[in-house]
Amino acid sequence: MSTQHYPNDWFAPAPVHAALDLPVLPPESYWQGVWRRLKANRRAFGAAVFLIFVLLFTVFGSVLWPVDPAKQDPGVLSRSFVAARSLPVAMPDHWQAPRLDWAANVPVSGLAAPANLHAVSATSDAVRLVWQPVAGAQHYRIYRREGGGAGRGIPLAVIPASYLGYEDRLDVHAQDYHYTVIADDGLDEAREGAHLMVRPIAVISLLDAQLQGLVPLHVPADIDTLHVDLPMHPLGTDHLGRDMLARLIAGGQTSFFIGFGAPLLYIFIGCLYGAFSSYVGGRVDESMMRFADFVIALPFLLFMILLRVAFGIGAGESGVMALIVAMVLLGWPMSARLVRGQVLQLREQPFVAAARLMGAPSYYLVWRHMIPNVMGVVIVSLTFAIPGAIFTEAFLSFIGMGVVPPIPSWGSLCNDGIQSMLTHPHELLYPAALISMTVLAFNVLGDGLRDALDVNLDVRS
Amino acid sequence: MMRFIAGRIVYGVFTLWFLATATFFAMHAVPGDPLASEKAVSPEIRRNLEVRYGLDKPLMTQYGIFLGNMIKGDFGISYTQKNRSVNDIIREHFPISAQLGVLALLWATIGGIVFGAVTAYYRNRWPDYVSVVAVIICISVPGFVFAALAQLAIIALNEAVGSDWLPVAGWETGSFRHMLVPSLVLGLGTLAYLTRLMRSSMLEIMEADFVRTAHAKGLGTQRVFWQHQLRNAILPVVTVLGPAIAGITTGGFVVEQVFAIPGLGRYFVQAVQQLDYTVIMGTTVFYGAFLIFLVMMVDILYGVIDPRIRLAPERLRHQGGPI
Repeated sequence: MSTQHYPNDWFAPAPVHAALDLPVLPPESYWQGVWRRLKANRRAFGAAVFLIFVLLFTVFGSVLWPVDPAKQDPGVLSRSFVAARSLPVAMPDHWQAPRLDWAANVPVSGLAAPANLHAVSATSDAVRLVWQPVAGAQHYRIYRREGGGAGRGIPLAVIPASYLGYEDRLDVHAQDYHYTVIADDGLDEAREGAHLMVRPIAVISLLDAQLQGLVPLHVPADIDTLHVDLPMHPLGTDHLGRDMLARLIAGGQTSFFIGFGAPLLYIFIGCLYGAFSSYVGGRVDESMMRFADFVIALPFLLFMILLRVAFGIGAGESGVMALIVAMVLLGWPMSARLVRGQVLQLREQPFVAAARLMGAPSYYLVWRHMIPNVMGVVIVSLTFAIPGAIFTEAFLSFIGMGVVPPIPSWGSLCNDGIQSMLTHPHELLYPAALISMTVLAFNVLGDGLRDALDVNLDVRS
Repeated sequence: MMRFIAGRIVYGVFTLWFLATATFFAMHAVPGDPLASEKAVSPEIRRNLEVRYGLDKPLMTQYGIFLGNMIKGDFGISYTQKNRSVNDIIREHFPISAQLGVLALLWATIGGIVFGAVTAYYRNRWPDYVSVVAVIICISVPGFVFAALAQLAIIALNEAVGSDWLPVAGWETGSFRHMLVPSLVLGLGTLAYLTRLMRSSMLEIMEADFVRTAHAKGLGTQRVFWQHQLRNAILPVVTVLGPAIAGITTGGFVVEQVFAIPGLGRYFVQAVQQLDYTVIMGTTVFYGAFLIFLVMMVDILYGVIDPRIRLAPERLRHQGGPI
């Protein structure tokens, strides 16, 4: 056994080197560090900027683009772009087709084609055709074909031979129509008919204009050249002629309301539940967690559908609240377990023990150590819960279990769009792209946040 | 071990009972009733119908009858499809959904394991970057959008090739070409999740001590990859098979709708829209039992494979979450 002796100068304070070659970093708090690391992550930062734009788009979009998303523009259905236009108003008038007072009822072999078929007026309100009589005709048959293709198209009418004109009001648009007028002798059609191609000019009928509130209800009778200005649709219209841009904005409001509302609520409830459970501990903790485990084990979407059906939708309700309540009822246990796990882990940390040793009261421990440390994982779980909720809403709206029709959401817009996907893909593509890009951005941001909150990944330390 | 399995089974049965009870009372909380959609009927006929379907009895009696029948495996008769029992509907349409689902699960697991292993192997080189981007896109795009895009792609492909070998929609029993695209679309989301999981698990394993030991004692790269890394990295994939099956099952609702496949999912959605009580209850309980059973099997399987799980039951519970 020997005692070692150390020289006294070993324990003298080291001289201070003024030019100690160590990098001196300014002190920063945990959240300052998180912010710095997040800014350094280009992808996450880009995603955050994109999300802010989408949020501004949905929140202030309806101010900048104050178009009623439920308003129909009947002239333009399922167009991918509609420019602003000024249309003449077609005054209601009762047109009488020219009539023959007397028709020779003599059978003729081989009916001719009606001569001089022409349109006396052609507007998208009505196309008026007249022609010369055909000897021996009993009826005239009128057919109409749209655009390309062959044949006569759809039969419009069979009219008696005493009429020498026809007014077509059957869903006429400003596009090419091929009309065929054929005489028949009471049994068979003539071999030849008269053909005419007409391109009606776009007008709006007085009734439509009045219904849409574009012209006053009392119009002086002598005004013939009344024009109304119809709005442009920069992103086109849907199958009912509603403005896509306005619907995307309104749909975004619904989707974000559900996407933010439900996760914020259930994560808050879950945090309280988990914190309480871990705080009390023992039997209570065990049974509370058993219950949470049990709720997690329930098939999520199956129960979402059930709850959504069970809450029902009363008159004038949108179904948004039912969705949020159902999501909250099923969503809370995940964050409860997360928080409880974190708290249990934190409680064993040396710095908590040290604080307790120094006599810190419980509220101080909770306020100073528990909440800031749990906050990180809660925020990360929130950024992943939001796209999850948007997805769930879209899924339910898609199968017809989400929000109720007059209220659009991105999911229900996709559902509408998929019906006409093959002919008018823009109705599906816009909302689908918005959902996908938003969810993508949230996922990227969540990944970035998770890395930023992890001090161990920091290159600086 | 037996204790562990017995515990799982009791848990499963309890969950199933809760599911059935919740379904029953949820259906009865719905405003309107299944007879409301009938044409205006006289009170006498309505009363007869109520007696026929047992709607005149008190709620708890109906609940008792429902539970009794359920244990016997009888879910009653559809309200809207005349003379068709719920069992018939399930028997007829579930095999279609199951075929589609099994194929989708097959694509997802094989694809997930292969892609995950490959991307981990080529870490921070282009195959890794490509698949990471592909994975995040697959996770972010809803299933119905993929289904719609797949249909457009089929049309374009058929026009380009000039054949109609790949059908745009529809179903023929036992026809693989009708299943191919829908099952791929159905499995895509799960494939992406599994790839991500497999990648991180593989990366973790590649750093493990026993892998270094294996290299150090002179085993070939191939042998270490197959025998030591892959086998261990697959373990976590087993845990998420339960939620993966649940995701594929509910994803089937959408895919069957878009591709016009007469599977059970499509009937379920239809029944919910028509408020066909017995079909909703029957199908929900059936789906629930199916999912709970499979998740239970996966749990037990994982417990058998990895003894650490049996000892720490807390880790066992899978991650839920939407789709």
